[in-house]
Amino acid sequence: MSVDIQTHTEDQAHQEHPISLYLKVWLLLFFLSGLSYLVDYMQLQGILRWSLILIFMALKAGLIISVFMHMMWERMALICAILIPPLCLSLFIGIMAMESDYTLLSRILFFTRS
Amino acid sequence: MQTTHTLEDPKGVKGFVSDWAGDKNTFKVSWGKAMMWIFLLSDTFVFSCFLIGYMVVRMSTTEPWPNASEVFALEIAGHHIPLVLIAIMTFILITSSGTMAMAVNFGYRKDKMKAALLMIVTAVLGLSFVGMQAFEWSKLIEEGVRPWGNPFGAPQFGSVFFMVTGFHGLHVSIGVIYLATVAIKILKGHYEQSGNYEIVEISGLYWHFVDLVWVFIFALFYLW
Repeated sequence: MSVDIQTHTEDQAHQEHPISLYLKVWLLLFFLSGLSYLVDYMQLQGILRWSLILIFMALKAGLIISVFMHMMWERMALICAILIPPLCLSLFIGIMAMESDYTLLSRILFFTRS
Repeated sequence: MQTTHTLEDPKGVKGFVSDWAGDKNTFKVSWGKAMMWIFLLSDTFVFSCFLIGYMVVRMSTTEPWPNASEVFALEIAGHHIPLVLIAIMTFILITSSGTMAMAVNFGYRKDKMKAALLMIVTAVLGLSFVGMQAFEWSKLIEEGVRPWGNPFGAPQFGSVFFMVTGFHGLHVSIGVIYLATVAIKILKGHYEQSGNYEIVEISGLYWHFVDLVWVFIFALFYLW
Protein backbone atom coordinates (compact mmCIF):
# COMPACT_ATOMS: atom_id res chain seq x y z
CA MET A 1 0.00 0.00 0.00
CA SER A 2 2.77 2.44 0.92
CA VAL A 3 4.60 1.59 -2.30
CA ASP A 4 1.43 2.33 -4.22
CA ILE A 5 1.14 5.76 -2.71
CA GLN A 6 4.80 6.44 -3.35
CA THR A 7 4.66 5.61 -7.05
CA HIS A 8 1.44 7.54 -7.30
CA THR A 9 2.93 10.76 -5.93
CA GLU A 10 5.99 10.31 -8.14
CA ASP A 11 3.67 9.95 -11.10
CA GLN A 12 1.83 13.13 -10.20
CA ALA A 13 5.09 15.01 -9.72
CA HIS A 14 6.49 14.18 -13.13
CA GLN A 15 3.19 14.99 -14.82
CA GLU A 16 3.23 18.70 -13.93
CA HIS A 17 4.16 20.78 -16.91
CA PRO A 18 4.26 24.55 -17.42
CA ILE A 19 1.08 26.11 -18.83
CA SER A 20 3.16 27.68 -21.59
CA LEU A 21 3.77 24.23 -23.10
CA TYR A 22 0.02 23.64 -23.49
CA LEU A 23 -0.47 27.11 -24.93
CA LYS A 24 2.29 26.53 -27.50
CA VAL A 25 0.81 23.17 -28.57
CA TRP A 26 -2.64 24.75 -28.69
CA LEU A 27 -1.38 27.53 -30.99
CA LEU A 28 0.40 24.96 -33.15
CA LEU A 29 -2.84 22.94 -33.48
CA PHE A 30 -4.70 26.11 -34.48
CA PHE A 31 -2.02 26.89 -37.05
CA LEU A 32 -2.11 23.34 -38.50
CA SER A 33 -5.93 23.38 -38.66
CA GLY A 34 -5.75 26.72 -40.45
CA LEU A 35 -3.28 25.26 -42.95
CA SER A 36 -5.46 22.21 -43.62
CA TYR A 37 -8.48 24.49 -44.15
CA LEU A 38 -6.36 26.54 -46.56
CA VAL A 39 -5.72 23.37 -48.59
CA ASP A 40 -9.45 23.33 -49.32
CA TYR A 41 -9.84 27.10 -49.62
CA MET A 42 -7.05 27.36 -52.22
CA GLN A 43 -8.61 24.37 -54.04
CA LEU A 44 -5.33 22.47 -54.29
CA GLN A 45 -5.86 19.21 -56.19
CA GLY A 46 -4.25 15.86 -56.83
CA ILE A 47 -1.26 14.39 -55.00
CA LEU A 48 -0.38 17.75 -53.43
CA ARG A 49 -3.83 18.01 -51.80
CA TRP A 50 -3.86 14.44 -50.48
CA SER A 51 -0.29 14.50 -49.14
CA LEU A 52 -0.82 17.87 -47.41
CA ILE A 53 -4.11 16.66 -45.84
CA LEU A 54 -2.42 13.50 -44.54
CA ILE A 55 0.66 15.34 -43.25
CA PHE A 56 -1.39 17.95 -41.33
CA MET A 57 -3.68 15.19 -40.00
CA ALA A 58 -0.73 13.12 -38.76
CA LEU A 59 0.95 16.13 -37.14
CA LYS A 60 -2.25 17.17 -35.33
CA ALA A 61 -2.95 13.61 -34.18
CA GLY A 62 0.64 13.25 -32.95
CA LEU A 63 0.50 16.49 -30.98
CA ILE A 64 -2.84 15.62 -29.36
CA ILE A 65 -1.75 12.10 -28.39
CA SER A 66 1.75 12.93 -27.20
CA VAL A 67 1.21 16.23 -25.36
CA PHE A 68 -2.51 16.68 -24.58
CA MET A 69 -2.99 13.00 -23.73
CA HIS A 70 0.44 12.91 -22.01
CA MET A 71 1.53 9.85 -23.97
CA MET A 72 5.14 11.07 -24.28
CA TRP A 73 5.53 11.02 -20.50
CA GLU A 74 4.04 7.54 -20.01
CA ARG A 75 6.11 4.41 -19.57
CA MET A 76 6.98 2.31 -22.60
CA ALA A 77 4.75 -0.61 -21.50
CA LEU A 78 1.61 1.57 -21.71
CA ILE A 79 2.73 3.33 -24.92
CA CYS A 80 3.23 0.00 -26.69
CA ALA A 81 0.00 -1.53 -25.37
CA ILE A 82 -2.05 1.39 -26.77
CA LEU A 83 -0.19 2.43 -29.92
CA ILE A 84 0.90 -0.91 -31.43
CA PRO A 85 -2.52 -2.70 -31.79
CA PRO A 86 -3.95 0.00 -34.12
CA LEU A 87 -1.09 -0.74 -36.55
CA CYS A 88 -2.92 -3.89 -37.66
CA LEU A 89 -5.55 -1.51 -39.08
CA SER A 90 -3.12 -0.72 -41.91
CA LEU A 91 -3.46 -4.34 -43.03
CA PHE A 92 -7.26 -4.02 -42.82
CA ILE A 93 -7.14 -0.81 -44.89
CA GLY A 94 -4.95 -2.56 -47.49
CA ILE A 95 -7.26 -5.57 -47.80
CA MET A 96 -10.38 -3.41 -48.09
CA ALA A 97 -8.75 -1.11 -50.67
CA MET A 98 -8.00 -4.13 -52.88
CA GLU A 99 -11.54 -5.42 -52.35
CA SER A 100 -13.05 -2.04 -53.35
CA ASP A 101 -10.95 -1.93 -56.52
CA TYR A 102 -12.30 -5.35 -57.41
CA THR A 103 -15.90 -4.27 -56.66
CA LEU A 104 -15.50 -1.15 -58.80
CA LEU A 105 -14.07 -3.16 -61.66
CA SER A 106 -16.93 -5.69 -61.56
CA ARG A 107 -19.51 -2.88 -61.43
CA ILE A 108 -17.98 -1.17 -64.44
CA LEU A 109 -17.70 -4.45 -66.35
CA PHE A 110 -21.12 -5.91 -65.59
CA PHE A 111 -23.50 -3.28 -64.24
CA THR A 112 -22.98 -0.03 -66.14
CA ARG A 113 -24.77 0.67 -69.38
CA SER A 114 -22.66 2.68 -71.77
CA MET B 1 17.57 -8.45 -4.62
CA GLN B 2 17.44 -4.85 -5.64
CA THR B 3 17.11 -2.49 -2.75
CA THR B 4 16.42 0.95 -4.16
CA HIS B 5 13.32 2.00 -6.04
CA THR B 6 15.18 3.37 -9.06
CA LEU B 7 16.87 0.03 -9.73
CA GLU B 8 13.48 -1.64 -9.98
CA ASP B 9 12.22 0.78 -12.64
CA PRO B 10 14.56 0.81 -15.62
CA LYS B 11 13.50 2.93 -18.59
CA GLY B 12 13.17 2.23 -22.32
CA VAL B 13 13.35 -1.33 -23.69
CA LYS B 14 14.64 -2.74 -20.39
CA GLY B 15 11.73 -1.08 -18.63
CA PHE B 16 9.35 -2.54 -21.21
CA VAL B 17 10.61 -6.06 -20.52
CA SER B 18 10.64 -5.72 -16.76
CA ASP B 19 7.19 -4.08 -16.68
CA TRP B 20 5.67 -6.98 -18.63
CA ALA B 21 7.54 -9.57 -16.55
CA GLY B 22 5.53 -11.60 -14.01
CA ASP B 23 4.66 -11.01 -10.36
CA LYS B 24 3.82 -7.33 -10.62
CA ASN B 25 1.53 -4.71 -12.12
CA THR B 26 2.22 -4.12 -15.78
CA PHE B 27 0.94 -0.57 -15.97
CA LYS B 28 2.21 1.80 -13.30
CA VAL B 29 -0.89 3.96 -13.51
CA SER B 30 -4.18 3.75 -11.61
CA TRP B 31 -6.70 1.21 -12.85
CA GLY B 32 -9.07 3.99 -13.90
CA LYS B 33 -6.54 5.53 -16.23
CA ALA B 34 -5.43 2.16 -17.64
CA MET B 35 -9.05 1.17 -18.34
CA MET B 36 -9.81 4.51 -20.01
CA TRP B 37 -6.83 3.96 -22.31
CA ILE B 38 -8.01 0.44 -23.14
CA PHE B 39 -11.55 1.71 -23.79
CA LEU B 40 -10.15 4.38 -26.11
CA LEU B 41 -8.15 1.69 -27.92
CA SER B 42 -11.37 -0.26 -28.54
CA ASP B 43 -13.12 2.94 -29.65
CA THR B 44 -10.26 3.53 -32.09
CA PHE B 45 -11.21 0.28 -33.78
CA VAL B 46 -14.90 1.24 -33.92
CA PHE B 47 -14.18 4.58 -35.60
CA SER B 48 -11.60 2.92 -37.87
CA CYS B 49 -14.27 0.49 -39.06
CA PHE B 50 -16.53 3.41 -39.95
CA LEU B 51 -13.76 5.22 -41.80
CA ILE B 52 -12.64 2.07 -43.61
CA GLY B 53 -16.28 1.43 -44.59
CA TYR B 54 -16.37 4.99 -45.92
CA MET B 55 -13.21 4.31 -47.93
CA VAL B 56 -14.78 1.15 -49.38
CA VAL B 57 -18.02 2.78 -50.54
CA ARG B 58 -16.20 5.80 -51.91
CA MET B 59 -13.64 3.73 -53.83
CA SER B 60 -16.17 1.27 -55.22
CA THR B 61 -18.99 3.60 -56.32
CA THR B 62 -19.38 4.25 -60.03
CA GLU B 63 -21.15 7.55 -59.45
CA PRO B 64 -19.22 10.77 -58.80
CA TRP B 65 -18.67 11.56 -55.09
CA PRO B 66 -20.26 14.88 -54.00
CA ASN B 67 -17.77 17.72 -53.53
CA ALA B 68 -17.76 18.25 -49.73
CA SER B 69 -16.27 21.69 -50.19
CA GLU B 70 -19.43 22.78 -52.03
CA VAL B 71 -21.96 20.71 -50.05
CA PHE B 72 -20.82 22.27 -46.77
CA ALA B 73 -20.38 25.81 -48.11
CA LEU B 74 -22.38 28.64 -46.57
CA GLU B 75 -23.47 32.08 -47.73
CA ILE B 76 -22.31 34.57 -45.12
CA ALA B 77 -23.07 38.25 -45.74
CA GLY B 78 -23.31 37.62 -49.45
CA HIS B 79 -19.97 35.77 -49.58
CA HIS B 80 -19.83 32.16 -50.65
CA ILE B 81 -17.35 30.48 -48.26
CA PRO B 82 -16.57 26.78 -48.73
CA LEU B 83 -16.61 24.45 -45.71
CA VAL B 84 -16.80 27.41 -43.32
CA LEU B 85 -19.00 25.88 -40.62
CA ILE B 86 -16.84 22.74 -40.49
CA ALA B 87 -13.74 24.92 -40.09
CA ILE B 88 -15.39 26.80 -37.20
CA MET B 89 -16.40 23.48 -35.59
CA THR B 90 -12.79 22.27 -35.92
CA PHE B 91 -11.46 25.38 -34.20
CA ILE B 92 -14.05 25.11 -31.43
CA LEU B 93 -13.13 21.49 -30.73
CA ILE B 94 -9.40 22.31 -30.65
CA THR B 95 -10.10 25.21 -28.30
CA SER B 96 -12.06 22.88 -26.03
CA SER B 97 -9.15 20.44 -26.08
CA GLY B 98 -6.88 23.27 -25.00
CA THR B 99 -9.12 24.25 -22.07
CA MET B 100 -9.34 20.58 -21.11
CA ALA B 101 -5.54 20.27 -21.10
CA MET B 102 -5.43 23.30 -18.77
CA ALA B 103 -8.05 21.70 -16.53
CA VAL B 104 -5.94 18.53 -16.28
CA ASN B 105 -2.91 20.65 -15.41
CA PHE B 106 -4.81 22.40 -12.60
CA GLY B 107 -6.11 19.01 -11.49
CA TYR B 108 -2.52 17.87 -10.90
CA ARG B 109 -1.93 21.00 -8.84
CA LYS B 110 -5.12 20.22 -6.88
CA ASP B 111 -6.47 23.67 -7.77
CA LYS B 112 -10.04 22.41 -7.80
CA MET B 113 -11.83 25.68 -8.58
CA LYS B 114 -9.80 26.35 -11.75
CA ALA B 115 -9.95 22.70 -12.84
CA ALA B 116 -13.75 22.55 -12.46
CA LEU B 117 -14.33 25.91 -14.18
CA LEU B 118 -12.12 24.98 -17.14
CA MET B 119 -13.99 21.69 -17.43
CA ILE B 120 -17.29 23.54 -17.56
CA VAL B 121 -15.86 25.85 -20.25
CA THR B 122 -14.83 22.71 -22.17
CA ALA B 123 -18.32 21.24 -21.81
CA VAL B 124 -19.94 24.47 -23.05
CA LEU B 125 -17.65 24.52 -26.09
CA GLY B 126 -18.57 20.89 -26.71
CA LEU B 127 -22.24 21.78 -26.47
CA SER B 128 -21.83 24.54 -29.06
CA PHE B 129 -20.10 21.99 -31.31
CA VAL B 130 -23.10 19.65 -31.03
CA GLY B 131 -25.41 22.60 -31.73
CA MET B 132 -23.56 23.44 -34.94
CA GLN B 133 -23.68 19.80 -35.94
CA ALA B 134 -27.44 19.79 -35.43
CA PHE B 135 -27.61 22.88 -37.68
CA GLU B 136 -25.48 21.12 -40.30
CA TRP B 137 -27.68 18.03 -40.17
CA SER B 138 -30.94 19.97 -40.53
CA LYS B 139 -29.48 22.02 -43.41
CA LEU B 140 -28.46 18.87 -45.29
CA ILE B 141 -31.77 17.12 -44.57
CA GLU B 142 -33.57 20.19 -45.90
CA GLU B 143 -31.48 20.00 -49.08
CA GLY B 144 -32.66 16.42 -49.56
CA VAL B 145 -29.69 14.44 -48.24
CA ARG B 146 -30.86 11.06 -46.93
CA PRO B 147 -28.99 7.91 -45.87
CA TRP B 148 -30.16 6.31 -49.11
CA GLY B 149 -29.60 9.16 -51.55
CA ASN B 150 -28.88 12.83 -52.18
CA PRO B 151 -29.12 15.34 -55.03
CA PHE B 152 -25.34 15.84 -55.32
CA GLY B 153 -24.07 12.44 -56.47
CA ALA B 154 -23.23 9.03 -55.04
CA PRO B 155 -26.03 7.91 -52.67
CA GLN B 156 -23.43 6.44 -50.26
CA PHE B 157 -22.44 10.00 -49.31
CA GLY B 158 -25.53 10.42 -47.14
CA SER B 159 -25.19 7.17 -45.25
CA VAL B 160 -21.51 7.81 -44.51
CA PHE B 161 -22.20 11.39 -43.44
CA PHE B 162 -25.01 10.50 -41.01
CA MET B 163 -23.22 7.44 -39.63
CA VAL B 164 -19.77 8.96 -39.07
CA THR B 165 -20.73 12.45 -37.88
CA GLY B 166 -23.66 11.01 -35.92
CA PHE B 167 -21.46 8.60 -34.03
CA HIS B 168 -18.89 11.32 -33.39
CA GLY B 169 -21.60 13.74 -32.27
CA LEU B 170 -22.89 11.09 -29.87
CA HIS B 171 -19.38 10.85 -28.40
CA VAL B 172 -19.23 14.62 -27.99
CA SER B 173 -22.66 14.67 -26.30
CA ILE B 174 -21.66 11.90 -23.89
CA GLY B 175 -18.40 13.76 -23.24
CA VAL B 176 -20.32 16.94 -22.36
CA ILE B 177 -22.43 15.01 -19.83
CA TYR B 178 -19.34 13.24 -18.45
CA LEU B 179 -17.33 16.45 -18.03
CA ALA B 180 -20.23 18.33 -16.48
CA THR B 181 -20.83 15.48 -14.00
CA VAL B 182 -17.17 15.38 -12.96
CA ALA B 183 -16.96 19.18 -12.70
CA ILE B 184 -20.05 19.30 -10.46
CA LYS B 185 -18.65 16.52 -8.27
CA ILE B 186 -15.37 18.43 -7.92
CA LEU B 187 -17.20 21.64 -6.95
CA LYS B 188 -19.27 19.73 -4.40
CA GLY B 189 -16.04 18.55 -2.76
CA HIS B 190 -16.49 14.91 -3.63
CA TYR B 191 -12.73 14.36 -4.03
CA GLU B 192 -11.74 16.59 -1.10
CA GLN B 193 -11.16 13.72 1.33
CA SER B 194 -8.93 11.57 -0.89
CA GLY B 195 -7.25 14.60 -2.45
CA ASN B 196 -7.01 12.57 -5.63
CA TYR B 197 -8.07 14.57 -8.69
CA GLU B 198 -6.96 11.98 -11.25
CA ILE B 199 -10.55 11.82 -12.53
CA VAL B 200 -9.84 15.14 -14.27
CA GLU B 201 -7.05 13.51 -16.23
CA ILE B 202 -9.13 10.41 -17.04
CA SER B 203 -12.09 12.43 -18.34
CA GLY B 204 -9.54 14.60 -20.18
CA LEU B 205 -8.23 11.54 -22.02
CA TYR B 206 -11.76 10.83 -23.27
CA TRP B 207 -12.24 14.43 -24.42
CA HIS B 208 -8.91 14.60 -26.24
CA PHE B 209 -9.81 11.35 -27.97
CA VAL B 210 -13.05 12.89 -29.26
CA ASP B 211 -10.97 15.76 -30.66
CA LEU B 212 -8.51 13.25 -32.12
CA VAL B 213 -11.29 11.42 -33.97
CA TRP B 214 -12.51 14.74 -35.40
CA VAL B 215 -9.02 15.39 -36.81
CA PHE B 216 -9.37 12.21 -38.85
CA ILE B 217 -12.99 12.85 -39.87
CA PHE B 218 -12.15 16.44 -40.90
CA ALA B 219 -9.21 15.31 -43.02
CA LEU B 220 -10.66 12.16 -44.57
CA PHE B 221 -14.35 13.02 -44.98
CA TYR B 222 -14.55 16.81 -45.35
CA LEU B 223 -11.23 17.68 -47.02
CA TRP B 224 -10.49 14.59 -49.13
